[in-house]
Amino acid sequence: MTVADSFFGRKFGLTGQDLASFLSEALSRGGDYADLYFEYLSTTSLSLDESIVKSATQGVSLGVGVRVIAGERTGYAYSDDLAPEKIRQAARVAACIASGPTKVETAGFTSAAKHDLYPVLNAPADVPLSERVKYVLRADEAARAADPRVFQVQAVYLDAIKQVMVATSDGVISTDRQPMARMNVFVLAREGNGTPQRGSHGGGGRVDLDFFTGTHSPEAFAKEAVRQALVQLKASDAPAGEHVVVLGKGWPGVLLHEAVGHGLEADFNRKGVSAFSGRVGQQVASELVTVVDDGTIHSRRGSLNVDDEGTPTQRNVLIENGVLRGYLQDRLSARALGTSGTGSGRRESYQHIPMPRMTNTFMLAGQDEPEDIIKSVSRGIYCATFGGGQVDITSGNFVFSATESYLIEDGKIGRPLRGATLIGNGPEALKYVSRVGHDLALDEGVGICGKEGQSVPVGVGIPTIRIDKMTVGGTAR
Amino acid sequence: MVEQLKQIAADVIKLAQEAGATGVECNVSQGEEFDAQVRRGEVEQVKESGSRGAGIRVLFGRNTGSSYTSDLTPEGLRMMVRQAVDLAKITTEDPHAGLPDAAELGQIAGDLQLASYDLDGMEAAAKIALAQRAEAAALSFDARITNSEGGSFGSRISRHAFANSLGFVGGYETTSCSISAVPVAQHEGRMERDYWFHSARGVGQLESPEHIGRRAAERVIRRLGSRKVPTQQAPVIFEPRVARSLLGHIFEAVNGDAIYRRASFLQDKLGERVASAAVTVVDDATIPGLFGSAPYDDEGVPSRRTVVIEKGVLKSYLLNTYTARKLGMKTTGNASRGLTGNASIGQGNLYIEKGAPSVAELLRQAGTGFYVTELMGFGVNAVTGDYSRGASGLWVENGEIAFPVAEVTIAGNLKDMLTNIEAVADDLEFRGAVASPTLLIGGMTISGT
Repeated sequence: MTVADSFFGRKFGLTGQDLASFLSEALSRGGDYADLYFEYLSTTSLSLDESIVKSATQGVSLGVGVRVIAGERTGYAYSDDLAPEKIRQAARVAACIASGPTKVETAGFTSAAKHDLYPVLNAPADVPLSERVKYVLRADEAARAADPRVFQVQAVYLDAIKQVMVATSDGVISTDRQPMARMNVFVLAREGNGTPQRGSHGGGGRVDLDFFTGTHSPEAFAKEAVRQALVQLKASDAPAGEHVVVLGKGWPGVLLHEAVGHGLEADFNRKGVSAFSGRVGQQVASELVTVVDDGTIHSRRGSLNVDDEGTPTQRNVLIENGVLRGYLQDRLSARALGTSGTGSGRRESYQHIPMPRMTNTFMLAGQDEPEDIIKSVSRGIYCATFGGGQVDITSGNFVFSATESYLIEDGKIGRPLRGATLIGNGPEALKYVSRVGHDLALDEGVGICGKEGQSVPVGVGIPTIRIDKMTVGGTAR
Repeated sequence: MVEQLKQIAADVIKLAQEAGATGVECNVSQGEEFDAQVRRGEVEQVKESGSRGAGIRVLFGRNTGSSYTSDLTPEGLRMMVRQAVDLAKITTEDPHAGLPDAAELGQIAGDLQLASYDLDGMEAAAKIALAQRAEAAALSFDARITNSEGGSFGSRISRHAFANSLGFVGGYETTSCSISAVPVAQHEGRMERDYWFHSARGVGQLESPEHIGRRAAERVIRRLGSRKVPTQQAPVIFEPRVARSLLGHIFEAVNGDAIYRRASFLQDKLGERVASAAVTVVDDATIPGLFGSAPYDDEGVPSRRTVVIEKGVLKSYLLNTYTARKLGMKTTGNASRGLTGNASIGQGNLYIEKGAPSVAELLRQAGTGFYVTELMGFGVNAVTGDYSRGASGLWVENGEIAFPVAEVTIAGNLKDMLTNIEAVADDLEFRGAVASPTLLIGGMTISGT
């Protein structure tokens, strides 16, 4: 495909010659490498509250980011106007990072290889709004019908189409059309005039509207949100102190995201500021643990045909049988560390400089029956669902908060517990993994990861696992 | 420049009225940013750019629609208006939707000192040098500081305009700049990092880069050699940087959106004692120079000072027009929104009034306890007040700092935590729009070994 035939060529009249001249401008004061990231994002969001569709918003944001790399230095500028003189001006600003003679000339472009992971034919954005709004109405109706104790329901539907084009001074060009859709349902339930409890559920991915049927229907999301709130109505305080912890399959994979994922991003390791720095080849988890970050899973929220630097995504083994194998690389880190990229360069938008990020991060399945794992615990905590987490990558300390958890007594799941925070240390915590189930599941597709002020969609997954020792932050004995 | 943005907003209002909208609100913003990152003395990243955007919210009777665009050409603005008008057709009639009453619109007089122009004409090299000096001061502070995540300097100019179909038109310009340093220290094979920063409207008001670097260094050094403590009940002391997060939870609980949904642990508590008598919480968007100040809120209602909690008694929720109508109250001028959409609730300068004791006196009062300097994670439920977060800091024995603590959690319930605030120190300082002095909170559960 030629540039002129691309989305940006057709819409803004850009040609290959234009791109080459912008890149020449970017490298006019020297530098090793330059790239252009064009983005055109259109979004729709519909939200319901108190059975009223209170808000419907659409919009467009577009722009181009120009980056120049000179050694380990990065110059960056962007423009929200795609007129050639504005792009050239941004290129001149980004060029200021380098000082030297012009040395690179981009002659022509070849198209990068890429996957075809989300061939969405019937994009949600092409479906009439009057159809899409039904999803939040259906969720509301289902949640209210599910149980009379439900007294508040909020439902949100979001979709987006992002058109991107990356052109590099290496003469490579890649384009992608990245669809996304997501639904969330939030409910409050209470017993008489007692304390309300909340529940929430949702799902999505790089999918068309057919996704929101069956187990992903608005009704299914609503029922699950209600179930969680009702469980919380009966919950009591979690015990404080060190306990055996069993994590359920799916979303509890957020543990991996916090405990190891961030610490393995190459920018931190290039700088030697991660608790995992210099530990490739070392045992950082029990032998049962293999952790993978895979950006190539079909239609997943964290998947990308090409990353935001135009590199095709791939499956990266981070920890293999407990041994640290490698880091997640973007172009700059791979170049500085003299290694190859891993397709992990991501950015929130054209206004942001790319950095190494996760895509879909999960632990491979093991041999154990999930029920046997529960049975093996005489006293401990079973965590079924989590909220968010956070990590200090330098000390390696991380936390994550259970939103649905239970006491395990004598090998049986017992009374539900109130939200408790779990805390551990990245390179240590996974050494206590003693059982891994065969029931690997990925999350429902609503994850958002924040790093240095940039948010990107991600996925996580895990089978049922047992961790022999972890600190639980409760108030009970 | 602000005048141009006001003109665009006025033009958009007219376009939407021509399309039949009975009520219209329009935001237009434009900004410029500069960011420099240095690491180990070398420039690592320089970013410099400008951006702009417009957003509209239309009402057709009690139905609303919203849209936004970064394309401010006449064609781009026309498309934005068309989109919002179409969206209003699929929303449901909401009996409380609407613009503020005309009588409530306006802005406060006087110079709020939101912009400083000493950044004008400042060379990139001079800005980068400030970041380098902050990092250098941190790196040279102690031999155990072996690495760095760098130093930074950032500056921003933002211009806003807002207009509505009741005739309100406003606009103002704000500036800000900041310096930070993030040193990494090493001791017995373990690494720690910490940071310090300062922000101000202009360069002339910034703390010296050397001071920022040294403070960051002191903070990281005192974390070295940390250990877990046994699980126990003990008083905790929140240093100001951490105490601010508690104000964030109070804000969430007095937020009109949470109140009308009955999703707050402070529900139905107006006029009741909700905190210890040592606690007075104020929201004030009228203090000159501060980051939470503005002449009017995001629906054109004048900014003001609202006492939220007075000597422990809940006095007011924080409301915009919509939530006030839902609750049969008056707006407190706390409407907030991005470029578009229905307004949510935002704070002005939200703070806890300072008390009498010094921090040293407060530590003596605690005797033995946990001086928390960092909180992690999201284990706070504003509906029930349940609270469980990761924490690190310093152990206090006999009123003196004894040793650093990490990898523990603190847990309780916000209702009890507010009631158990035994003392508020005298060290209130605004380093952002939310500020608190050091707080002493009795009887929380610390979970460790």
